[in-house]
Amino acid sequence: MSDNNTGSNEPMESGDAAREQSPKRVIGTPEQSGRLLVADDPAPQGAGEELDEASAKRAERIVALFFLLAALASVGFIAAYVWSGQQGPDGMHGLADTRASNYALGTTMTVAMLSMAIGVTIWVRRLMTSKQIVQQREELPSDEKTRAEFEAEFVAGAADSGLTKRPLLRRTLLLAAAPLGLAPLVLLRDLGPLPEKRLRHTFWGEAVRKAKAQGRKGARIVIDDGTKNPRPLRASDFATPGSMITVLPEGISESEHHMNEAAKAVTILINVPPEKFKPVKGRENWHVNGIVAYSKICTHVGCPAALYEQTTHRILCPCHQSTFDATDGAKVVFGPAARPLPQLPLSVDDEGYLIATDDFPEPVGPSFWERG
Amino acid sequence: MSTPTPGAAPKAVAGPLNFLDDRLGSTTFFKRNMKKVFPDHWSFMLGEIALYSFVILLLSGTFLTLWFQPSMHEVVYEGSYTKLQGVPMSEAYASALHISFDVRGGLLMRQIHHWAAILFMVAIMAHMLRVFFTGAYRKPRELNWLIGLGLFTLGMVEGMFGYSLPDDLLSGTGLRITQGVAEAVPLVGTYIYMFLFGGEFPHGDRGELIPRLYTMHVLLIPGIILALITAHMMIMWHQKHTQMPGPGRTNDNVVGYPFYPVFMAKTGAYFLFTFGVIALLATFAQINPIWNYGPYDPGAISSASQPDFYMGLLEGSLRLMPGWETTAFGHTISWNVLIPGVVPIGLIFTGAALWPFIERWITGDHRHHHLVERPRNAPIRTGVGMAGVTFYGLLWLAGANDVIAERFHVSLFATTWFFRVAIFVGPVLAFIITKRICLGLQRKDAATMHHGVESGIIVMSPEGGFSEKHEPPTEEERAVILSKENKTISLPPAEKDGIPAPGAKGPLGHLRARLHRSWALDDIPVEDHGDHHEVEGAKSEGVEGSGHKELTR
Amino acid sequence: MKRFTAWRRRPWAGYAVVLAALAAIGALYAGFSPRIDRAEAANASQAAADLANGRDLYNKNCASCHGLNGEGTKDAEGRSLAPSLIGVGAASVDFQVSTGRMPAANPGAQMPRKPPIPEFNTNIPTDQHDPEERAKAERQKAQAQKNLSDLANYIQSLGGGPEIPSAEMVDPDKGDVALGGKLFRTNCAQCHNFVGAGGALTGGKYAPPLDSDDVTPTQIYEAMLTGPQAMPVFNDTTLTPEQKRAIIAYVVKTREEPNPGGNGLGRIGPVSEGLTGWLVGLSMLVLAAMWLTAKKPKKLKKS
Repeated sequence: MSDNNTGSNEPMESGDAAREQSPKRVIGTPEQSGRLLVADDPAPQGAGEELDEASAKRAERIVALFFLLAALASVGFIAAYVWSGQQGPDGMHGLADTRASNYALGTTMTVAMLSMAIGVTIWVRRLMTSKQIVQQREELPSDEKTRAEFEAEFVAGAADSGLTKRPLLRRTLLLAAAPLGLAPLVLLRDLGPLPEKRLRHTFWGEAVRKAKAQGRKGARIVIDDGTKNPRPLRASDFATPGSMITVLPEGISESEHHMNEAAKAVTILINVPPEKFKPVKGRENWHVNGIVAYSKICTHVGCPAALYEQTTHRILCPCHQSTFDATDGAKVVFGPAARPLPQLPLSVDDEGYLIATDDFPEPVGPSFWERG
Repeated sequence: MSTPTPGAAPKAVAGPLNFLDDRLGSTTFFKRNMKKVFPDHWSFMLGEIALYSFVILLLSGTFLTLWFQPSMHEVVYEGSYTKLQGVPMSEAYASALHISFDVRGGLLMRQIHHWAAILFMVAIMAHMLRVFFTGAYRKPRELNWLIGLGLFTLGMVEGMFGYSLPDDLLSGTGLRITQGVAEAVPLVGTYIYMFLFGGEFPHGDRGELIPRLYTMHVLLIPGIILALITAHMMIMWHQKHTQMPGPGRTNDNVVGYPFYPVFMAKTGAYFLFTFGVIALLATFAQINPIWNYGPYDPGAISSASQPDFYMGLLEGSLRLMPGWETTAFGHTISWNVLIPGVVPIGLIFTGAALWPFIERWITGDHRHHHLVERPRNAPIRTGVGMAGVTFYGLLWLAGANDVIAERFHVSLFATTWFFRVAIFVGPVLAFIITKRICLGLQRKDAATMHHGVESGIIVMSPEGGFSEKHEPPTEEERAVILSKENKTISLPPAEKDGIPAPGAKGPLGHLRARLHRSWALDDIPVEDHGDHHEVEGAKSEGVEGSGHKELTR
Repeated sequence: MKRFTAWRRRPWAGYAVVLAALAAIGALYAGFSPRIDRAEAANASQAAADLANGRDLYNKNCASCHGLNGEGTKDAEGRSLAPSLIGVGAASVDFQVSTGRMPAANPGAQMPRKPPIPEFNTNIPTDQHDPEERAKAERQKAQAQKNLSDLANYIQSLGGGPEIPSAEMVDPDKGDVALGGKLFRTNCAQCHNFVGAGGALTGGKYAPPLDSDDVTPTQIYEAMLTGPQAMPVFNDTTLTPEQKRAIIAYVVKTREEPNPGGNGLGRIGPVSEGLTGWLVGLSMLVLAAMWLTAKKPKKLKKS
């Protein structure tokens, strides 16, 4: 079948006829003269085309083959499902079973879908006899008369309703509707608590307070190992220069919202060679022989700033590459963070364990409006 | 047989149809639409990928909801994935593991769902680009363009909420970043944060976040998407699809195959293809292996943490921005978070939304367009589009800069600097290069009309010189090439009878006039030269244009 | 008895008593001291030969950069070219040399893993058919293993430092995988990625992938213990040997685990997934669309 249409329209002559008119028309330019109005959309007749029976029969057999393949694959899918359940004593369990089952179910499903798709495609292309047809587009905009009539009716109806003539009615209607529209917003107030001071304190403060109430110098630092009784760390345990570990305040796993607390309190402990370390002014006693603690929450948007390069003493956040200098108060040396990582004041208690003597001096994590 | 045999439908078909017709008058509707013509071009099917992906999302998603537990309540895992046994995690994560390893077909359905989401967004973008570069968004289709942009935005949000539901380390990190960005909003940032999470990150006061995301992901947003898709389809049905220029195709007709049976079959086959390709990916390409990521832990993070690709634009913007922040009078504005969060995505989406109207304002073209325009025939539009694609694409790549640095062994900071410069230089370069390519192609079209198509037949003149015989372009090629509009619509005159047109003399009016002039300033006129070169074949062997007498076929 | 006590008045009596006491103490000590000391004492000459071997290997392969006494070298501006090896310990040497990072071939941001030089290459195949070839290969492998430990012991003798872990300390089957996963994700994944696929650091440095078989459990332990190049140090009091073994178990079990959902696409997350969606998914569907909308084959019409 050629690609020319054989419908009711003849292709426009591009040569002589067009040139006689001015301005010069090219195929596709809408006519300048009046609009075409079509009463309703006539369904154009599409004549079927003739097929060579031999090749059509061959095509039919090919299509049938693909449909059969699809049917087999669908049955295979069901069989694969049943088989998957035979793997363990009570059904499919675990990674190995999952892998086998996924391949079995997935392959049968893919073959079924694609075979049917290919079958239908060959059917359409080789066996359907419909030809290309031409359909006229109807004019989309309504005509002037209809528009005018509509406008007149609209205005008349508004006048009938009394809205146009009665301003008091109109204005108080708006007044009535407005608060009703705002009510749904008001209903959302209890979505969450007000921030208040929550962002300014971390669990370190609470732990230090509890420790001091017990007469100790500060809250012990413990390794973040996910256990119920994480191990505290001595300064001598952490004495190798270049060491790094993630730590939390003691007692945090017992708190009611321990993950929320950990999300603010998680801290990175680093051993910087003492000769490289430049303590921030006023914080000379916040480190223990080069052992420093910084908040692990990046001040950009809150990912854990966890990479530590021992050789360059840089703390790198993997999310957006904010880089902080561990020897210099974790100030920003590259990347989108604007503020250094807050530092935790460290000391050692009487048994040599590393402790925090106070909470972070500033809010941890990303900046916010009220931060100051 | 050239006319369809009039015949009665079998009872099984006629019965129900008449039943409906008695009550709804539906036969008129069916009769009118049975033969509705749908133009045929492969690029018109890109939108269908999105449509069918959405259907597959609904089906696979429903399957997943039967087992998924949207709860942040902490449990200890005792399921069949041995590496995580004894590990405390949220119920959401545990149920996602259960679906993967204990429910037959569960992993396949999870992967089908996620791959369908990826393909949904891919198809939306591909479809959007096709519509843009062919000018199919022009009047009367601006509404559908806006609806499409709405679908794009909703798709992004829906996808992000969806992959955050299993509460694994990777998607939890994405939520953490969302919290950080929300916090940075001036005045109300901390309130938005608290209200979104129901308290502090990540659990709030009662573990509200995952259940909220769940409702939005399975009910609210799919509902809106479904409504928008329905509107999108209905408008397209009513206006009829655009068509590519070609022989017999005018602005007032549609040429193609009838809906019943051909288009129905083709689109049905395409649904099966889409499902098949998604199933293929879900079988042979692992996606979102949550068991490898582990449960969410705010102190843990992995290198190469990226969101799904359609959020890459935001990720890249966040990585490239320098650390600017202003603190004054006890308040902080985080430019380093606000600008990347709002400006690039705002530029692209607002620019895209306004574009049909901007183009109409510049060109003054208020006609209906049902024939699409070849990209080369609108160099400014195509250039702007490529600039947008380049901007988007560079930010997208920037979001993967650590993967690029690691794979290709380049300095990490160097990639950041490269992209910082490239997002400004790249779009400009892309515009210039694209415009030049379009003009070059126009020149080629003009040459084809003028001299014919190279036939590959070399002839030798009596003097011994070689030249290539040119043939006239085929009917189809002519129709396509000549679809270019050489005459541009002129703007309403700035002055008529001494009275200036409103706004025409102001700065905006002058801008409009200048833009209007440059819209088609460099265009090469492509004209039909058929009648100028009526030369006999024998005398002008070897001379260009010798075959032109065949033009009037 | 009278004879015995008569010997007390001999001139040599005092010396005899001292000698007897010394012999008794020596026998007691030998009886109570651990076996290894006695083995060492027995192999004292072998140990000296091993140390000499280690020193020779060092002088031949390492001294040009690390100095004749392991003190390290500096360039003209005083920047360190090769660090001092005093105190790095046997573990450091075993790690660097068995992964082939040392001797370093080219200067660069980071020393990449490469096949160790022949003296230290214990990865040579020993499964040849010919028994003579096989014996030769096994001998070479054993010699390489000995060279490695000799070199390591030599450096250990220079200034002490972390020791090579025993096989039990690094046995993945004895580690708590779940604990290891938690520790890995908290302290290691930020550089090495969730499954140890590797990651980027600044300035062209990178955290190498841990997900191939040639990264042995011993090497993983040693790397944590000694903190090679940019990697931080995790000594045994920070991350205990049990915790290290748990991490090793996690790394090994994860890399041995097959991907149940199909090809792992590099196990680096959404970047490769998005790429696959565009390149594979979209192109397949575009091809399908092109086929569906192509012009019908000409042969259909009855000619």
